[in-house]
Amino acid sequence: MNRKKIYPWYYAAGAAILFFLLCFLPGVLGIAYSFTDWNNFSDEIHFVGLANYKTVFHGNSEYMKYIVNTLWFTVATTVLKTVVGLALGLLLTQTFIKGKNLHRMIIFSPQVMSYLVVGLVFRSMLHPTTGFLNNFLRGIGFGGLAKNWLTDLKLVFPTVILVDTWKGMGYIMVIVIAGLLSVAPEYYEAASIDGASFFKKFTCITLPLLKPVLVNVTVLNVTYGLRVFDMIYSLTNGGPGNATGVINTAVYKEFSKGNLAMGTTLSSILFLVVLSLLYFIIWSMENKEVEV
Amino acid sequence: MKKSIVSVVGNLVSFVISLIVLLPLAVLFINSFKTSAEANRMTLSLPKKWVVENYVTVVEKGKLFSSFLNGILYASCSVVIIVILVSAAAFVISRNQKGINRFLYYFIISGIAVPINNVALMKVLQVLHLVNTRIGIILLYAAINIPLSLFLSFGFIATIPREIDEAAVIDGCSPRQLFIRVIVPLIKPIMSTVFVLEFMTVWNDFTMPLYYLNNSRKWPMTLAVYSFFGAFENSWNLVAADIILTLAPVLIVFILGQKYIVGGVSAGSVKG
Repeated sequence: MNRKKIYPWYYAAGAAILFFLLCFLPGVLGIAYSFTDWNNFSDEIHFVGLANYKTVFHGNSEYMKYIVNTLWFTVATTVLKTVVGLALGLLLTQTFIKGKNLHRMIIFSPQVMSYLVVGLVFRSMLHPTTGFLNNFLRGIGFGGLAKNWLTDLKLVFPTVILVDTWKGMGYIMVIVIAGLLSVAPEYYEAASIDGASFFKKFTCITLPLLKPVLVNVTVLNVTYGLRVFDMIYSLTNGGPGNATGVINTAVYKEFSKGNLAMGTTLSSILFLVVLSLLYFIIWSMENKEVEV
Repeated sequence: MKKSIVSVVGNLVSFVISLIVLLPLAVLFINSFKTSAEANRMTLSLPKKWVVENYVTVVEKGKLFSSFLNGILYASCSVVIIVILVSAAAFVISRNQKGINRFLYYFIISGIAVPINNVALMKVLQVLHLVNTRIGIILLYAAINIPLSLFLSFGFIATIPREIDEAAVIDGCSPRQLFIRVIVPLIKPIMSTVFVLEFMTVWNDFTMPLYYLNNSRKWPMTLAVYSFFGAFENSWNLVAADIILTLAPVLIVFILGQKYIVGGVSAGSVKG
């Protein structure tokens, strides 16, 4: 039977055209514009070669700081969310936990909330004078621990990372649980008969069988971390100063200032970084089933 | 004996973590009923008098009603576009995976991970006359959520046996009839998942309106709450009420559509 006839190509055209026009084309155009001095203040656009890239990578530019911050954020949240998600997944699949499903649902629920709203929730929670956390700490006699969580230069980055973990850990947990449930219980039974401890079972059965899931989770967290915008914008807007600025908040900043060429240069750098990881990303998506 | 200690500690830890997740929401909920002065020190103590009027004030001052309708409009229209375009595309791409279709598939799903260049996108939208328009934002949401939806539906359609298509074609189905009468009823489950997942994604997004809608009357609820926060930063009771009202729709959808959301998340755990 002629597949081309039964499955006409133009059925895919709508999705392909829309994606091409509004997602792919801007990416390519953006790279082209990154070699120019495109801005909001003049109608003429001049070719400037690699000048924008030189500004970004030259010495100690603020842009370099954004890139370093993005990488730190990515590494820290990936490690934290994977560890916490794995631990929660393991805990909430144990038979002795009561109300497992309720716990899972509660811990997953921040995932469905908007980043903007989560950011506002924590801005009110962590407010130095009126916020709940500091009032609570003072109330139980630990007033010394009450800090300026979102304005102290030393604390703000860890705070942002922890809030992001608060939101994202349940999502990772759900993926880990799906992976854990697909591991045949016979393995554990056999290991118990052989007298394996909990730790031994974890390192010799759970981890190896969960490897594809963990790879998948890591890819997920890394691509999220590199592209992060919402969480940072709503919590600190990159501040204080540019202590928590990341690539995408810088793009927005340049965009609002009318400095379009720099915005598109930063965006293109991110585009190329993620593109270079694309092979791993697609590979992990195709291998997402837990194969036992 | 050792077992029971582990069990008690395990239960305690789960309880504490659930509490850490719930606590911020509980605090906001309680404080949304306090007077401005009382909410100025956020604590878990119950309000002396429950001020329900806070919610009325917020709905009026925060233009919540119109932004709610905007949000519903953007989310429902873009999701309908996604479901139509993606089900058709996934159908032919999944059934005939040779040549150009194979390329198209990887081309589109790469969009799950690759970031959008928002600055250059502005230029494209200007050329297409879509900046600051509702239709523009709807098309944009449809476009950026096509990759994940295609990925989810592609995998699902691959599990439907091709013999069904062959039987339908032998019985004289045209491609259009095959798609509408045979395939569409079979892919309803995955389309419900796509519908709920993408609805929530669009509802929760605020980046696109931030970049491309400079008229606050066109803002969806998530962005409206942000500007409200800026204007009323000293009235925590009102801010809390606004946040609760913005959260309520998604939490209700989440509780009702849990099956689709959790199922979709673990099936297509690729979302960045």
